[in-house]
Amino acid sequence: MLSKNFKNLLIGQKNYIKIISVCRNASNETAKNSDKYSQLNNLRQRPVYLDAQATSPVDPRVLDAMLPYMTNMYGNPHSRTHPYGWESEKAVEKAREEVAQLINADPKEIIFTSGATESNNIAVKGVARFYKDSKKHIITTQIEHKCVLDSCRALEMEGFKVTYLPVQTNGLIDLKELEKTIQPDTSLVSIMAVNNEIGVLQQIDDIGRLCRSKKVFFHTDAAQAIGKLPIDVEKSKIDLLSISGHKVYGPKGVGALYVRRKPRVRLEPIQSGGGQERGMRSGTVPTPLVVGLGAACRVAKEEMKYDEERIQKLSKRLIDKITSELTHVVVNGDPEHRYPGCVNISFAFVEGESLLMACKNIALSSGSACTSASLEPSYVLRAIGADDELAHSSIRFGISRFTTDEEIDFTAEQTIKHVKALREMSPLWEMVQEGIDLKSIKWTQH
Amino acid sequence: MLSRTKVLSLYKSMIKESNKFSSYNFREYAKKRIKHEFEANKQLNDQAKQAELIQKANANLNMIKRQVLVSQLYPTEKLIIE
Repeated sequence: MLSKNFKNLLIGQKNYIKIISVCRNASNETAKNSDKYSQLNNLRQRPVYLDAQATSPVDPRVLDAMLPYMTNMYGNPHSRTHPYGWESEKAVEKAREEVAQLINADPKEIIFTSGATESNNIAVKGVARFYKDSKKHIITTQIEHKCVLDSCRALEMEGFKVTYLPVQTNGLIDLKELEKTIQPDTSLVSIMAVNNEIGVLQQIDDIGRLCRSKKVFFHTDAAQAIGKLPIDVEKSKIDLLSISGHKVYGPKGVGALYVRRKPRVRLEPIQSGGGQERGMRSGTVPTPLVVGLGAACRVAKEEMKYDEERIQKLSKRLIDKITSELTHVVVNGDPEHRYPGCVNISFAFVEGESLLMACKNIALSSGSACTSASLEPSYVLRAIGADDELAHSSIRFGISRFTTDEEIDFTAEQTIKHVKALREMSPLWEMVQEGIDLKSIKWTQH
Repeated sequence: MLSRTKVLSLYKSMIKESNKFSSYNFREYAKKRIKHEFEANKQLNDQAKQAELIQKANANLNMIKRQVLVSQLYPTEKLIIE
């Protein structure tokens, strides 16, 4: 049995962070911001950017396509009476075609939105509400993005029944489990393509086939997959698909929703207004942003093979370097079914937040940007069965089209150095080195 | 048949122009990507295809020139590894 003091000493590193977090919570938002902003003022060199899942830089080819519509060509694409409107409309329709081509859809099936969050809201709430008289059941997974989970929560408040499917330890859903869960009154199955935290790619072909055979609509949040992996809505039998602009080197504030026409998917719009975008998304279509999304999709289609090979190579380089120098490291998620540009690694006996603070020369995150402010362990990692300790110590490395070999080497070097240093400070690590099995320790109750 | 010197000069202008990107990542990406494309098509004999690629490269050169200007208008601090 270990005494209270000794136990506290053992988890000192962790408590240190907790104390910081308490102090952080106690101070007000303004103080936190002024601290961040003063650090910004003293910024001499920028950290290397390895947070491609949070957002990607706008590709110069994309910005080049957008700039004319942010300067001299400012017409409203819905204006019918003059060339200002016509030229904008033409550009919007060209962009619609470019988005459609990337996923093998018809341009008429593409609805422009403000981003994947809005697309997911329209898809999940829209379909559920439209078919509510006959169907009251929705299926999703435990590792979806917050906007899908939160939309489902909202539907539960309205009286819908939602099943949150668990995932296996590799992050993939069990298809048999899905099949068993589908009921006669299930209207929608919403399962993301690539997970934003662990990069796991679900078997969307099989899910699509299953849903079609059961006559249930299949929605996939493909924000992290589009333009990086080949996606074909016909081949995968996808009925609704969400796209984000800023995850594919396009601008922020724009996205798209693919809505199948045959067999027709109907949905109740969320926003009321002028009936733009086939009545599914009212509001003036933002020409420059949409043009940017179109250009991003066109470039992604052209560059997919080159990008895939490069990112695969960089991903392997990073993982190999880290795993050859460090033990007690877990690469999260299925090694085969994944997008290689999202590398999520758990470092045992290291606090993730301490590691992030130590690696201040690399722009990294411990999970999704939406939850990066909280110290709570990631719900995605908990869903794949990682225990809290490992979920706490995980770091997501996001590799982009613009990441260089030098940046990967620098990142690996810094990570290895800081993990070693932090482990040196950890009494738990010392015990493991001495051959003590930590699971055999009986902590005293207080 | 396109003259070798003409293609080489286009390649050199593209690399030279890409070197002017103020962003490290855009600069390195552009150079690597251009090099890769020219090397991949070194043995290309189809004349129609050649002409198409040269036209595309010229359009890209103009795009790079414009985007280099934009990138130089809003420079930031250099990266830690530069």
